[in-house]
Amino acid sequence: MSVASYPYQLQPAKVRLEFVRLLPISLFVVAFGAAFGLAAIQKGLEPLQALLMSATVFAGASQFAAVDMWGAQVSVLPLIAVVFAINSRHLLMGASLYPMLKELPPRQRYGVLLLLTDANWAVSAQEYQSGRRNLEVILGGGLALWLAWMIGTLMGVYFGRLLQDPQSLGLDMVLGCFLLAMALGGKKSPRILVAWAVAAAAALAAYWYLPPHTHVVVGALAGGVVGLFWLEKKPV
Amino acid sequence: MTIETTTSGILLLIAIMTVVTLATRYGGVFAMSFVRISPRVESFINTMASSVLIAIVVPMAFDGDAGARAALLVTAVTMLVLRKPLPSIAAGIAAAAAVRYLF
Repeated sequence: MSVASYPYQLQPAKVRLEFVRLLPISLFVVAFGAAFGLAAIQKGLEPLQALLMSATVFAGASQFAAVDMWGAQVSVLPLIAVVFAINSRHLLMGASLYPMLKELPPRQRYGVLLLLTDANWAVSAQEYQSGRRNLEVILGGGLALWLAWMIGTLMGVYFGRLLQDPQSLGLDMVLGCFLLAMALGGKKSPRILVAWAVAAAAALAAYWYLPPHTHVVVGALAGGVVGLFWLEKKPV
Repeated sequence: MTIETTTSGILLLIAIMTVVTLATRYGGVFAMSFVRISPRVESFINTMASSVLIAIVVPMAFDGDAGARAALLVTAVTMLVLRKPLPSIAAGIAAAAAVRYLF
């Protein structure tokens, strides 16, 4: 393979910048990590096991759901189904970055994807809408988020009692508010607004009537279908 | 099929979760490498991308308590007025905390 076929070069300085840029949101991720660590040891995981799970799975909602299913025994197929359903949004998130990712050499492409999660993806996807290409935030920002998730889990398993009730501080809403701010900061054309309305309706319908954890994928695909048939007019 | 939560059993469960999650991180990108990125496909993935955010947030608002709704509403309004994410998020979280403290 020639170098020229992969024109995207990750810039180390920008990776560091994006690491710092996502530090504020990472502080909140520490709080979630602590809540997870506490939940994990209450369900009987050893501290090191909880840390290992956070390190290798690095997907908060699915980890909470998994330890919720914990007991003397764990049924494997339901565990796989729940983890896959909750994390299936990654499939769409990764696909949406493909136009940029295809310009990275495969090793870097799949390396960077190890750190793909909601917050850094939201930044990258939103900037891509405004014509900026930013995979550095997936790597640098992802590293900040991963470290925060680890530090949080560590705090939770050893001093979980410190943060008994993160909800009373509104901390459970950090990610929701972050993602909403990202969406509203992006481009808003009639086409996008129609897609959002369709996505919202489909997500709600799935949330109420379809199996649990399917609403994100259903809503996102429904919104995507609007884009499939309604193409943006190219500026003349 | 069940796995006992012994030490080795837990390691196996964590390994399974890791592989499943990794498959979701890689699967979409891998599948896209077989698709030609036409303007139509590009349009699909772009509207899908921001729809992911809406599909996460809207059920959160419908199903959430008053604090959750206040957080999202305040974030949305602040974001539309100031167009700066950090103050908007901070205002939203403060709103959730305030509503839950008061009610």
